[in-house]
Amino acid sequence: MDIRFLLNGEVIVLDQIDHHVTCIDFLRETLGLCGTKEGCNEGDCGACTVIVIDQDTVKPLNACILFIAQINGKAIRTVEGIGQKDNLHPVQSAMVDKHASQCGFCTPGIVVSLVAGQINERSDHDTVLAGNLCRCTGYAPIIKAASDAEVLSKPSWLTEDRQKLRSLNASFDGSFPTSGDALAALLVAEPKTQLIAGATDVGLWVTKGLKDLSPVVFLAFARDLAKITERDDHTEIGAMVSIEDLFRWATKNSPSYATLLRRYGSLQVRSAATLGGNIANGSPIGDNPPALIAAGTELCLRKGDHRRNIPIEEFFIDYGKQDLQAGEFVECVRIPKELDRLRCYKISKRFDQDISALCGCFNIHVKEGIICAARIAFGGMAGIPMRASHVEAALIGKPWLDTTITNAQEAWAQDFTPLSDARASANYRIKAAHGLLRRYFHEHAGYMTDVLEVQP
Amino acid sequence: MSIGSSFTHDSAKLHVSGHARYIDDIPCPFNTLHLAFGLSTVAKGQIDHMDLSGVLSSEGVVKVITAQDLPYENDSSPAAMDEPFLADRAVHYIGQPIFLVVAENHLLARRAARNAVISYKEDTPILTIEDALARDSYFEDGPRTYEKGAAEQAIYHAQMCLDGSISIGAQEHFYLEGQAAFAVPSDDMEMVVHSSTQHPSEVQHKVAHALGLGMHEVRVEVRRMGGGFGGKESQANSPAIACAIAAWVTKRPCKMRYDRDDDFMITGKRHDFRIDYSVGFDQRGKIQGVSFTHYVRCGWSQDLSLPVADRAMLHSDNAYHLDHCRIESHRLRTNTQSATAFRGFGGPQGMIGIERVIDHIAHHLRLDPITVRKRNYYKDAGSETKLDTQTTPYGMEVTDCVINAMTDALIEQSDYFARRKNIVQWNRENILLKKGIALTPVKFGISFTLTHLNQAGALVHVYQDGTVRMNHGGTEMGQGLFQKVSQVAAFEFGLDMDRVKITATDTAKVPNTSATAASSGSDLNGMAVKLACEDIRLRMADFLGGYYQVGANEVVFVGNEVHIGGHVLSFSQAAKLCYEHRISLSSTGYYKTPEITWDRIKGQGRPFYYFAYGVAVSEVVLDVLTGENRMLRTDIIHDVGQSLNPALDIGQIEGGFIQGAGWLTTEELVWNDQGRLMTHAPSTYKIPVASDRPGIFNVSLWTNENRAATIYRSKAVGEPPFMHGMSTFFALCDAVAFCAVQYPMLDAPATHERLFWACERAADGH
Repeated sequence: MDIRFLLNGEVIVLDQIDHHVTCIDFLRETLGLCGTKEGCNEGDCGACTVIVIDQDTVKPLNACILFIAQINGKAIRTVEGIGQKDNLHPVQSAMVDKHASQCGFCTPGIVVSLVAGQINERSDHDTVLAGNLCRCTGYAPIIKAASDAEVLSKPSWLTEDRQKLRSLNASFDGSFPTSGDALAALLVAEPKTQLIAGATDVGLWVTKGLKDLSPVVFLAFARDLAKITERDDHTEIGAMVSIEDLFRWATKNSPSYATLLRRYGSLQVRSAATLGGNIANGSPIGDNPPALIAAGTELCLRKGDHRRNIPIEEFFIDYGKQDLQAGEFVECVRIPKELDRLRCYKISKRFDQDISALCGCFNIHVKEGIICAARIAFGGMAGIPMRASHVEAALIGKPWLDTTITNAQEAWAQDFTPLSDARASANYRIKAAHGLLRRYFHEHAGYMTDVLEVQP
Repeated sequence: MSIGSSFTHDSAKLHVSGHARYIDDIPCPFNTLHLAFGLSTVAKGQIDHMDLSGVLSSEGVVKVITAQDLPYENDSSPAAMDEPFLADRAVHYIGQPIFLVVAENHLLARRAARNAVISYKEDTPILTIEDALARDSYFEDGPRTYEKGAAEQAIYHAQMCLDGSISIGAQEHFYLEGQAAFAVPSDDMEMVVHSSTQHPSEVQHKVAHALGLGMHEVRVEVRRMGGGFGGKESQANSPAIACAIAAWVTKRPCKMRYDRDDDFMITGKRHDFRIDYSVGFDQRGKIQGVSFTHYVRCGWSQDLSLPVADRAMLHSDNAYHLDHCRIESHRLRTNTQSATAFRGFGGPQGMIGIERVIDHIAHHLRLDPITVRKRNYYKDAGSETKLDTQTTPYGMEVTDCVINAMTDALIEQSDYFARRKNIVQWNRENILLKKGIALTPVKFGISFTLTHLNQAGALVHVYQDGTVRMNHGGTEMGQGLFQKVSQVAAFEFGLDMDRVKITATDTAKVPNTSATAASSGSDLNGMAVKLACEDIRLRMADFLGGYYQVGANEVVFVGNEVHIGGHVLSFSQAAKLCYEHRISLSSTGYYKTPEITWDRIKGQGRPFYYFAYGVAVSEVVLDVLTGENRMLRTDIIHDVGQSLNPALDIGQIEGGFIQGAGWLTTEELVWNDQGRLMTHAPSTYKIPVASDRPGIFNVSLWTNENRAATIYRSKAVGEPPFMHGMSTFFALCDAVAFCAVQYPMLDAPATHERLFWACERAADGH
């Protein structure tokens, strides 16, 4: 495949690029552009953060799990392209002034994340930096630098890059389907094709699994799959909607789901990862499925011109096994409008940028003091994201009281036999799951339940 | 004046612009080869059969090296000679390097390493402290004991006593730059090694031995590390040896960097401990006797475990004057990564033992833990009443204590008592969330306990244009050592900082250096540079005084000038004049720490030149349903003596605290029952991120000249602040204690899960 993109303002044209080549390896090993650092090679440390620009967005992405093909037609800025040595970008100057670098190895990634944040007018610096690990400073001076640089004007290279992008003339061959229809046709013809959306999971198969992924298609240019459409009784969310866009939608439509999504990976990961990818991979610890199941979401699958809709929980059959036929793909989900009783709770060792030990989502409706409907779904409790049907049954028809919650305690073990692993023990998972139901109850009773909201 | 000013890190602009070069960023000759290790997949056993043909035939592979192919010595240990660089038949842990792949690039080397077929005769591995005790698996012959007074009797006769135990998990360094090295053979096969190491002289020594060369034939250079924290003291040996051997065999430059997962699997971590304790005390909380038993999981080889375990014993008193104290230390050999140096070097584990004892006593007596702490503190030096001699459990007099005054200041500054009152009230009003608060002190001994390591050298040149270039044995890993030492040189010559340049650490410039470790960097190297500068300055003053007919004592170096009686020369003019009159403008400096003496077998002497002090208060909130928690506020006062650079010192304190808090909360290393480390990447091993720092975070320096004659009366700052993380841990204990009457008996790290179970236990009443 042939691709072209802008790198720090210069046009790069690559002929016959191997689709396994990651952005970081291209920068460091092919070009010798070594400001972008490899800290983990799995998208968890952010030392390799680069800015990817198109006409609408400015995204910080992890270059280690970004295939070079994914930036076809886009502009990329590395730390070297943000300011000049003797004319630093204001974020860089603030980092120097605030003593915000020590060993300096994470610093380029932090600078790039902060510059992206500054361009996007963000002041939630902890969230902007959740994907950037620093082992030296304890972060305080970095946050001070970020605050200092908040209000400054956007760099001139942003406009310049966008102007140049207009005349870049990148071409999109068969590896880059530009619509859902094109993808559907391609998958019918070549059902074994590996789909690459954000590559936040598939990327690891290459960087850590050292796998050969062929043939592949890159979906980023099928923009019709990335739409959010409001309908009368539901919202249709395309499979290629990024988690960050989904997060923005959720802040308005389900604040609790949004708090879960804010903790999904990091900004770099959310900017790349897609809802469709998170569902299709069928991970038992993906954070979207429990929320979508509890919300009563419908999943739309497409094969050629044939579409079918199923309740999303039916998609997950067993560990690693989804109800997805050869040549079929996840097209969109339909989330019901009524989400005011939905609450999403994620338990992980660290709040930000961690994988759930368990993720519990609750949607319980009470009428005249009696529980009339309950949808409870969990990730991390079984080989698949799953409903807690015994617990639901133990609740429905009962009064909405503390004793009802307590009486439901035994039902958890009927629903789940979780594993013990490095994240949590099986016993803890069961107990904490029950704790989350209590939390749900207390939250609705007006108690303070969220440690994130407590002030000193 | 350069001393005491907050200059930024010397590489700050390079860091932020991406131009700072680390090992993997050094441009390589076109024919450079890249390496990867093949690792053991069993924890204990013998290699039965090894088929590496699949490795050798992999794309891009040039060479595969096993133990049998090594040119000379097969060892990568710092001293004990018990650590084969490549496993020779016996394997001792999952992750032990068995063979070395040499390939055309990094990815091809990694890919090839997976193509080995190795079968093993497996033995039952010794994985836990309990396994090791059951199978009598020790380093040294058995436990080591230090004792002051008669602890057992004192406990027996005490009014009250308590027993308990605390387990403290290991910690991965997670330096952002993984282990890396790059070796370039010269035309006559001398070896130049660029290494990401805290200990260039050791890398030089190990590479020389691996190749059968003299140390004069190996040159090691270190410009900077992307973090070290102790993890690049001995652990940097292996990749450097690997590069040197591969370069020796192929006669081509060779580079190696560990993939992050390999780094986790191969390298040592902080020692995990179990500390059992027994304490006797009176009803006011005064300790009458205390006894500790340390069980130290050292891993498969000795590495630095003996001095680490020693330092844990030496910090069993922390800031408390104990009349009767016994410490028994078991150094256990297990089939896991060989635990190694990590910021604090055993000190943090030792300290947490006594802090747990204090907390336990306070809970038992229903006293504020601060009351019990103050009742047992060493007395401050300079108190009005003449002090009785107060000694540590190892017989060292404590003459520089300031912990009482610091504690009082922090109580005031953090509004501790009012906040505690509010917390009690808040906890009454909240069912599911509980707050907690705790104050913990730190007294940390400064000097290498292996006395001969307390020496350093420097090389300083003044050029005829009046600029200064220098070198010393310390390495830069982010702590700002190079800048601090530059400040020393600038001060000594009365120059602005831009006239002074410090250069990459280089074994060819300053020989026989100690590791940059034990917080000693600026104490030792700053002093060595100062002595070298003084030498040159005296020569210049002597000459210039004679030249202008004034006494040498009337020659003053200040403001980029030299004042000679009434004459004023710019420093450049003065340097040129000296040069033209054949005055040597280059000197070495050599420093050794005075007054220290230590017998580690008896546990008696003065191992430390002085102590650094600090105190921290942290407040947390805990969710009793899940164990989730947050740090809400932390206040720290820390003693750095007369600061060389307040900004860099505060950076060490803030960063050290967060790292220490991570150790005791979210950072959990988990091995499975085969001995495989299951948390081997940042996806599963969670160091603190930005949002984990406390919402309110106040750090201030204690104004206090070091009583010991250190470099401008400053104090070392690298390690001591790490232990302020204890305040978070004990604040969490405090929060749990609000759930019920039982003492929480919390183990570390206090993960959400451990806190949850602690709440459950406390509520169940057992």
